[in-house]
Amino acid sequence: MTLADLALYLVLPLLGIALLLALWRVLRGPRTPDRVVALDLMVTLGLGTIASYAIATDQPALLDVALVLALIAFLGTTAFAYYLQRRPEA
Amino acid sequence: MTLVEGLTALLLLTGAFFMLMGAVGIVRLPDLFMRMSATTKSATLGVSFMMLAVALHFNDLAIGARALATILFVFLTAPVAAHMIARAGYLRGVSLWRGTISDELQGRYDEETGELSSGAPAMAPPQGEPED
Repeated sequence: MTLADLALYLVLPLLGIALLLALWRVLRGPRTPDRVVALDLMVTLGLGTIASYAIATDQPALLDVALVLALIAFLGTTAFAYYLQRRPEA
Repeated sequence: MTLVEGLTALLLLTGAFFMLMGAVGIVRLPDLFMRMSATTKSATLGVSFMMLAVALHFNDLAIGARALATILFVFLTAPVAAHMIARAGYLRGVSLWRGTISDELQGRYDEETGELSSGAPAMAPPQGEPED
């Protein structure tokens, strides 16, 4: 079993299960902050997916995407937090 | 399988395990703040393991620096983002788990001015006079 096989057939399915669990929390709620936390986790799982896919396909250029995604996730979570705090009824 | 490949595989599997545990935590834990503690710590650790695996696998200075920059960035921003969401959620009255023992922020935070009052201590003061 090569490293690419391991990443493709073991690590990526594990991350897929994790993404489905996080998606369940996004859909279920119960309140908006729960959904925001679950979305933040989904982006972090996306970083892991990009890393293992870069190993599986030998494409180091994908790491740039991971860095930009981390940046955008922080901006998005900060914006959500401001929105939640300003909104009179959440 | 060489030693470097084995180490990379180990780091990848450890990272995937921690990320899966973060996802299980966000489904199973009872309130927002516990879920947040699961996702922030566990998923951040998982990402850093995976990025270390990438840096080890490609064995190149530019790629390794990029992976380390991603780790550093996630370690800097994840606590800040989690704190902001927790603060917004607490101020908007997200309910705590009914088994929560203490809520030390309750009634001590002035939302208008953003000031914390120390107030009376949460625990009972020690009885009797100090020795000296």
